[in-house]
Amino acid sequence: MTQDVTIKVQNLKKYFDLKVGFFRTLTSKSVPYVRAVDDISFTIKRNEIFGLVGESGCGKTTTGRLLLRLIEPTAGKIYFKGLDLSSINNQADMRRLRRKMQIIFQDPYESLNPRMSIFDIIAEPLLIQKLTQGFEDTRERVAEVLEDLEMTPPEEYIYRFPHELSGGQRQRVAIARAFIIHPEFLVADEPVSMLDASIRSEVLALLLGLVKKHHSSFLYITHDVALARYICNRIGVMYLGKIMEQGNTEDIILKPLHPYTEALISAVPVPDPTARRSEVVIKGEVPSAINPPPGCRFHTRCPYVMEVCRKKEPKLIEVEGNRYLACHKYNA
Amino acid sequence: MVLLEIRDLKTYFHTMRGYVKAVDDISLKLNKGVSLGLAGESGCGKTTTALSILRLLPWNGEILSGKILFDGVDIVEMSSEQFRHQFRWKRISAIFQGAMNALHPTIHIGDQIAEAIVVHENVSKKEAIERTAKLLDLVGIGASRIDHYPHELSGGMKQRTVIAMALACNPDFIIADEPTTALDVIVAAQVLKAMKELQHKLNLSMMFISHDLSMLAEVCNKVAIMYAGKIVEYGDVVSIFKEPLHPYTEKLIGAFPSILGQKRKLSSIRGFPPDLLNPPLGCRFHVRCEYATDICRTTEPKMTDAKGTEHFVACHLKGV
Repeated sequence: MTQDVTIKVQNLKKYFDLKVGFFRTLTSKSVPYVRAVDDISFTIKRNEIFGLVGESGCGKTTTGRLLLRLIEPTAGKIYFKGLDLSSINNQADMRRLRRKMQIIFQDPYESLNPRMSIFDIIAEPLLIQKLTQGFEDTRERVAEVLEDLEMTPPEEYIYRFPHELSGGQRQRVAIARAFIIHPEFLVADEPVSMLDASIRSEVLALLLGLVKKHHSSFLYITHDVALARYICNRIGVMYLGKIMEQGNTEDIILKPLHPYTEALISAVPVPDPTARRSEVVIKGEVPSAINPPPGCRFHTRCPYVMEVCRKKEPKLIEVEGNRYLACHKYNA
Repeated sequence: MVLLEIRDLKTYFHTMRGYVKAVDDISLKLNKGVSLGLAGESGCGKTTTALSILRLLPWNGEILSGKILFDGVDIVEMSSEQFRHQFRWKRISAIFQGAMNALHPTIHIGDQIAEAIVVHENVSKKEAIERTAKLLDLVGIGASRIDHYPHELSGGMKQRTVIAMALACNPDFIIADEPTTALDVIVAAQVLKAMKELQHKLNLSMMFISHDLSMLAEVCNKVAIMYAGKIVEYGDVVSIFKEPLHPYTEKLIGAFPSILGQKRKLSSIRGFPPDLLNPPLGCRFHVRCEYATDICRTTEPKMTDAKGTEHFVACHLKGV
């Protein structure tokens, strides 16, 4: 069973120190911090696509970065196939581990070096990881991954530079670069949110094809619940650094248990003018993560708020098979 | 009653490499009190259409031919001075993409809204401030926020401020260019709901510009689909979404995931939109269309009312 678990996250926390002015540092005792990720736990199995869904500022991107150790956690453990990531403390070992974990960023206009050719961009991970047996081998493998992404013939693209490609093609290059070393675990942070709708589904299909082909585990980070429904096996709904609800995607979307999930789902526009939807539009906006509300973090906006919600923080507990929920209402 | 009529509008941009045909021969009619959605991918001419109506094209943009009749008056013919004094903001106003980030950071939001009133109408500052307070109540921020700075407001409230600004001179027609793209899902839903309510309350005509068909499905009565500088389909929102005629519309709608109902396969369109410096001959979509025949490659399809139901389409296959 443990063999099947690629990523295991336990009580992960990340607090960012807040920059304060000179006088504040003199007068105040403690430095304020932002609780970007506050005590979350989940696992991702082999071949599984796990989605983190939430509004901006909920900590989903921070979680993705923590998992690859692009930033250091404040507390908590991350296990990659049973190996504790925080136990690795030299660069060489971490580099060896990164061969197995890759990330695709949101904006293909920012993430590709404008002065490198497409060939160099895609081949770079191979060279860094010393996984290639000479130039011919590199060329073949670049061609192969480009063909997987339907950028054919590869010769037409490898000599170009990022500015000569469209947004969709750039994002494919970013995907190619991540997959050229056959990662076992992949993080994609809103990989298609910058693309037009007509191109989006094609890029997604190719990405999912590669994930399947390499049996990778996949963490998909998005604000779009409707899109997550089409991609993820399981999702976790985040709010202010906490996971509020977690379970199989269809279960959550068809029957949300947490009031926040319910509100999030009912706020998603539907491409059907005749559709009848519940009008659970909650009031207000996400409070600050510097001083999150006591008790349940959602209680300030929750339409079903009870006395206990203001005082006691609900724990994420298993309510049904594989379904986790952090809400007092369910127990009441 | 027709409020806005666009006839054979052509707006091109001069560039070093030639004319970019951003809006190429489009026609549209919009009745009073109707909200129209203008949809399409980036670079298809949605925003250029809006800027043409507002006469706010950048220096290298030019309306080559065509008419834009607003309440029967051609605003293309008009001098820019006359348009500025009589139409812009007084009768046609706009909410631009990302406008909430363009609020002046060191001026109270109330003063910023009042400025629009003072500039366009012959009223005293005091009266303008009184009207501003009413506007802030109307859009749901509350008059008490009149002395607040933009940084004291959340994203949704800033967007509401911008909406209040668009309403400042009681216009008949508001163009909203991607009014919710910068906002989070829940806040976007709140803002859209507020805009819908305002539209009914004040009997406004609106034009929503967005790439997001799901959003347009929620707020519009009519939808026009643009592709490569042309309107390819135009009609009632329900008939466009339920019985799309143009292959592009059909695929585009299919590309949007839905949170309701059965999961279906998302469609995609191969290739990418054409370069508007040299758009393809015939139907502009033929390069990406799976039903394309010889006539599509040579002859441009005309907009026709295929079934006589005010559902117009420009396609050889589905038209008359």
